[in-house]
Amino acid sequence: MKAKFLVPLFLFLGLAGFLAFGLTLNPREVPSPLIDKPAPAFTLARVDDPAQQFSLADMRGKVWLLNVWASWCVACRQEHPVLVDLAHRNLVPVVGLNYKEVRGDGQLDARGMALDAETGLAVERARRWLGEHGNPYMLSVLDIDGRVGIDFGVYGVPETFLIDGNGKIRYKHIGPITPENLQQVILPKVEEVRRAG
Amino acid sequence: MPADRILLHPRALRVLARAGALAAMLWLAPAQAVDAPPAGEIAPTVAADPRLEADVQELAHKLRCLVCQNQSIAESNAPLALDLRNQVREQLAAGRSKQDVVDYLVARYGDFVLYEPPVKGITLLLWGGPAALLLAGIGWLAYRVRRRAVESAALTALSEAEHARAQALLAGGAPGDAPPSSANRESRS
Repeated sequence: MKAKFLVPLFLFLGLAGFLAFGLTLNPREVPSPLIDKPAPAFTLARVDDPAQQFSLADMRGKVWLLNVWASWCVACRQEHPVLVDLAHRNLVPVVGLNYKEVRGDGQLDARGMALDAETGLAVERARRWLGEHGNPYMLSVLDIDGRVGIDFGVYGVPETFLIDGNGKIRYKHIGPITPENLQQVILPKVEEVRRAG
Repeated sequence: MPADRILLHPRALRVLARAGALAAMLWLAPAQAVDAPPAGEIAPTVAADPRLEADVQELAHKLRCLVCQNQSIAESNAPLALDLRNQVREQLAAGRSKQDVVDYLVARYGDFVLYEPPVKGITLLLWGGPAALLLAGIGWLAYRVRRRAVESAALTALSEAEHARAQALLAGGAPGDAPPSSANRESRS
């Protein structure tokens, strides 16, 4: 009872503690509700051969990464060497989801463009970019209108999903992958998922 | 004072005027953004049926844009907000209910897309917190009021000796052990 005057101090310290914890959180990282849920099924045209389709079911039984990218995405350039390095080490297959290659580019007006023309342009741009920066992907698919992106809850590029052999999303990385992210979080997760399933 | 000079400088005044105009524009912007996007932006698609469009707008105002997190998807001009608005419009046009559309978006982006968080285990504190604080405050107040009443009752109640002395004073007697009055004390010092 004698230390009653200390009560406001402790209340303040408690509040300050909560606020300090809040400062360490990143409000841009919205937790995905899709973790541990089946990845949304999709079938999309491939960048290397748009006549061929690739679907989620093709990866059944494999642990793999789905990396969302686009040639207009600046942060993708930052993470790209990390993916190229990962591909050289042959640790885990990475499938590229090319997100709104044409209509996502703010410097381009894709209005009124026919879908065929847009697909053609997207293929050309994606290939050119992969030619310039290296292609770490097992293959890339074209999400022309971003619909598959919405199904995956993509709200920015790049994003990366870890998908297990049963087609479940096990982890989501938001933003560019740094070498540290890869070594300390993603690769251990890949190992964990492989052991589990 | 340099600050005064800067303020009175005509160029500074022009800058201030421009800032004021900008502030006014920003203030008006949300209304404009919905009605008439600036040239060069992708014109919003609008459903032909005005009632459907009203539903789309109503729903879009309740959904949070994930790119500009402090705007709803109705207010934001981010490409993703546009895509999501189109999704809302398409699905409502296809005859789905508003709840279906909300569920569709929550399944992909989580409760984060809702400006009004649902009541469930993790949000209980959020929803119940203010009421709990109010009740705690009322309880504390009641406790304090009651305790003060008890304390003041104890203060005003006279012991038997005090009672006897009060009786004596009222009877006009001059009790020998009366404490010196304040007037006496003052005159002595």
